[in-house]
Amino acid sequence: MMNLSRWKIVLTILSVVFGILFSLPNVLPQSTLDSLPAALPHKKLNLGLDLQGGSSLMLEVNTNALRAEKLTNLIEDVRKTLRDEQIPFTDLANVNGDVMVRITDPGQVGAAANVLRKAVGSPLAGAPGGRDINIATADDQRVRISFVQEAINAEANQAVTQSIEIIRRRIDELGTREPTILRQGVNRIVVQAPGESDPQRLRDVIGKTAKLTFQMVDESVTPQEAAMGRTPPGSQLLAGDGKEAAMQYLVRRRALVDGAMLTDAQMRFDQQSAQPVVTFRFNGQGARRFGDATSQNVGKRFAIVLDGKVISAPTIISPITGGSGQITGNFTEQTANDLAVLLRAGALPAPLDVVEQRTVGAELGADAVRAGQISTTVGFVAILVFMLLSYGLLFGGISVVALMINGLLIIAVMSLTQGTLTLPGIAGLILTLAVAVDANVLIYERMRDEIRAGRSVIASMDAGFSRAMVTIIDANVTTILAALIMFNVGSGAVKGFALTLFIGVLTSVFTAVLITQVLLALWFRTRRPKSLPIT
Amino acid sequence: MSFWPLIKIVPVKTHFRFVAFSRLAAVASILAVIASLAFTLFPFKPPCGGLTCGIDFKGGSVMELTTAPKAVDLGAVRGALSAMNMGDVQVQAFGSPSEAMVRFQTPEGADPTKTADRVKGEITRVLGDDVKFSRIDVIGPKVSGELLGKGVLALLLAIGLMLIYIWFRFEVQFGLGAVMALFHDVILTFGLIAVTKLEFSLTTIAAILTIIGYSMNDTVVVFDRLRENLRKYKKMPLREVIDLSINETLSRTIITGLTALLALGGLAVFGGPTLFGMSLILMFGIVIGTYSSIYVAAPVILLWGLKRGEEEAEPLKPANVRP
Repeated sequence: MMNLSRWKIVLTILSVVFGILFSLPNVLPQSTLDSLPAALPHKKLNLGLDLQGGSSLMLEVNTNALRAEKLTNLIEDVRKTLRDEQIPFTDLANVNGDVMVRITDPGQVGAAANVLRKAVGSPLAGAPGGRDINIATADDQRVRISFVQEAINAEANQAVTQSIEIIRRRIDELGTREPTILRQGVNRIVVQAPGESDPQRLRDVIGKTAKLTFQMVDESVTPQEAAMGRTPPGSQLLAGDGKEAAMQYLVRRRALVDGAMLTDAQMRFDQQSAQPVVTFRFNGQGARRFGDATSQNVGKRFAIVLDGKVISAPTIISPITGGSGQITGNFTEQTANDLAVLLRAGALPAPLDVVEQRTVGAELGADAVRAGQISTTVGFVAILVFMLLSYGLLFGGISVVALMINGLLIIAVMSLTQGTLTLPGIAGLILTLAVAVDANVLIYERMRDEIRAGRSVIASMDAGFSRAMVTIIDANVTTILAALIMFNVGSGAVKGFALTLFIGVLTSVFTAVLITQVLLALWFRTRRPKSLPIT
Repeated sequence: MSFWPLIKIVPVKTHFRFVAFSRLAAVASILAVIASLAFTLFPFKPPCGGLTCGIDFKGGSVMELTTAPKAVDLGAVRGALSAMNMGDVQVQAFGSPSEAMVRFQTPEGADPTKTADRVKGEITRVLGDDVKFSRIDVIGPKVSGELLGKGVLALLLAIGLMLIYIWFRFEVQFGLGAVMALFHDVILTFGLIAVTKLEFSLTTIAAILTIIGYSMNDTVVVFDRLRENLRKYKKMPLREVIDLSINETLSRTIITGLTALLALGGLAVFGGPTLFGMSLILMFGIVIGTYSSIYVAAPVILLWGLKRGEEEAEPLKPANVRP
């Protein structure tokens, strides 16, 4: 063990160079860092939100709402199909998550099922020939229309992916500094915005579904009559937006066109009234649909609905076939601009619920960094003094040098991998430094034992390393296991703690064994000692 | 190098008869474990029993605020919150008089973040605009339930993995001793958290997991030496081999333990209120972990007994063969 092979020396030098090179960006001023050649590492430690201040939101995609909306659309599809085919029916409703409908004529049940099979639903992704709904006849002349489980899962999964993309676009428009948006688990999204101390603003921008639809106003009965329970099937009462919340509109459930068919939206000022408005442009499909609908309904009113509230309900004066238009409402410049941003970024496929929100002010973060620095320094000095006192200037000094290189390597690896350093992470770091010494202690104590047993200096040193090695590995595997569990199960701050602990254990075994060995071997070669200074 | 005076914390060779006291230690340990369990579980208040449940695990909000340089008018804050019918609200000074911590649970059915916004607005109204919120955490009920479940799972998983590892590396009796020591340490740590009313949170779980790692580490060092000595001194009675092994590793145990305690002591003093609880738990765990390696793990082996005859059939590891 004490032979000084070339690769050991090379490895030692390489690790020290690596440590210095990759931890250097943390102490250099930004201006110096910018002027360094691109080949050199530039990454600094990635401080967690608890150290630099900022907001973290955990959002849950409300897949129940998504499913409810799909069911509503399915019911309307069934209603339209059966009407078009002139099949009389009753009791069309959502029964425990499935759509049930009773066909009036017993002889038409089979035909109705066949018609529905062709007309409603869409192909199932990833399963050729499969449809996303099941249609079956049930007792009492009823037909059951239900979604396939795979379709529900795929939809939910897609909703999460889509939400992440939309959140990213919205936050980019806000200009928040380097936000991270990550998926967590099945239906959660974590948004971290460093430096953002007001999560309310963030939540307003992220949390709005921004689902825009154009729906016909149902003028067969007045909203007052509808409110008293005479809502025609296929229609619903919606409230006005903002100041007009008291206003009620009766609108058809079926959307003519929705926000997904928009290609652009901008805030503009109306040429006549000078009021802020939002102008929009449809894509080809949207323009065609909107053109058709407005041509067929001249003189009638349609409602512009945002997130279930009616912004305005203009009368169609002439067919709108150009594929563009403007939304007039009670906008201020700010709200019109926000709406345009939201429409451009697209609607969220499902509402997002905030399930966790953590905010740390920048000052508190700075305090934490200071506390971390002081306690790390104090801890390090304590270890240094203690090791020097226990093992003397040479052996104690060697372990202190190994410890310093260890600290350097931890910072370098953390900077390189951009693992998040949190406040508990600093605690992990200090503990790692303390436990790193353990490897040295094990080796030195072993050497003492061997000398006491009457072996020669070189034999004792050799045995000290080789025998302590087994124990060192055994002892550190346990800590590695604990750290791995913490990393997988923990969240946020705990993950940071586990990460520093994990990296720290690896580097400490490396430095305590290799660096100590090389330094001791060098000492042995140059001095040829007759006794060990630790006995 | 002889001019440097080495401070020997432990005499070169010790001959403490640890095993002789193991009966006494066992009684003390069992009593401590029972007391700790009682403190931890009683009064069975869900979800955390006798522990001071942090919002990580019970949901709700915690706010840290400051009106520096003025002192925080805690009474005004309490008054404002009780007027809002928030239920169980804790308002307390935090660190210095100009800082305060407010904790409350989200009322049933209310939106957690909106409730926190309302409380923030109300506090700002009574304290004036010079109040600054340095931290606001809001945990929804769904997340807190999951976090608690995950935390408990992590603890069980850690103990299980340690058992498997020890089983794999040592004989089964060693594994039993190590796991007894582990349970001992974890339960006593829970007892400390319950008695000191430290907040039980994710950070606490991290601290306990670290203690599990450290305690195991310590036990493994003693066991390694024990295994080695069992092979070396085949005729020596088991209790003497155990004493010998503990004595031989004592110097290392104390030096490593003291370094860790010194470093963590610095953390407790200078790390600020957030890390104080964590470092306290870690320090306690290190002391307990050291004790349990000597008085729980090893005596369990003695109690259980080892079939030492089988050792001879096993081939010796190369490290144990001296030229």
